Amino acid sequence: MEKAHGSGYGIYIAVWGGLLILTGATVGVSYIDLGIFNVVVALLIASAKASLVALFFMHLKYENKLVWTFALVPIFFLVLIIGGTLSDTLFR
Amino acid sequence: MSAGHPEHGDPRVAFEAAKLGLWTFLATEVLLFGALFTAYTVFRLKYPALFHAEHLKLNRVLGAVNTVVLITSSLMVVLGVDAIKRGKARLFEACFGATILLAAVFLCVKYVEYTAKFHHGIYPRTNLFFSIYFMLTGLHGIHVLLGMGVLSYVILLSRRGRLSAGYYTPAEMSGLYWHFVDLVWIYLFPLFYLIG
Repeated sequence: MEKAHGSGYGIYIAVWGGLLILTGATVGVSYIDLGIFNVVVALLIASAKASLVALFFMHLKYENKLVWTFALVPIFFLVLIIGGTLSDTLFR
Repeated sequence: MSAGHPEHGDPRVAFEAAKLGLWTFLATEVLLFGALFTAYTVFRLKYPALFHAEHLKLNRVLGAVNTVVLITSSLMVVLGVDAIKRGKARLFEACFGATILLAAVFLCVKYVEYTAKFHHGIYPRTNLFFSIYFMLTGLHGIHVLLGMGVLSYVILLSRRGRLSAGYYTPAEMSGLYWHFVDLVWIYLFPLFYLIG
């Protein structure tokens, strides 16, 4: 069980480095005017960082389907809440 | 995990159950923050000019510094959990202690930011942008504060010799919660400081 969890802090430090690089990238891009793509790039980078944290720091990469379900269902509801609300407020 | 406490049933089953419980709690947290993120999205689409003008008043550098601080605190948590899995209690306590220290740095930076805003006459009631900004970052700040309390308690457990390579559930669970707090900030930072 220990081995299956991919122990060893080399991978954690690599993920930390990746998160720092992505933070630098998103701050750098924010100084360039890309119009609507500023929002797209910022959200893509944030989601890449969130995935790194969830997969490696929260060990989701090594978890079974049940834990994945518990992690993804709230995201589904969040999309439902934001999408449902916007389908009202955008078309009033 | 090694066998250890047969009187408490299979420790691996207990560990898996605790994990599902913690993820269920995180689901409620996603929806708690989600309601406010929904408010952000609705008003941002409705008043793009206001959001653009107001977001320039936030200090991008301080926001970036706090992002690095929280990411590093998450690294300390994951190194701490790795240490206790190998039975290194003192190293675990040092790592979680570093996390608490970094959390304090985060809150100090937040304090500097808030007082600068108040000094310029910017309050939660000033406009919609700052209402949502103070509400979301304030709720997140409360989570950081609570996290500091939880991590301190887990360090105390370790000091009393209650954690080991065979039983580290409190360390793993408090760590999952801390990473979630980090995750929320990963979205808050670009949404408020970077895009407008």
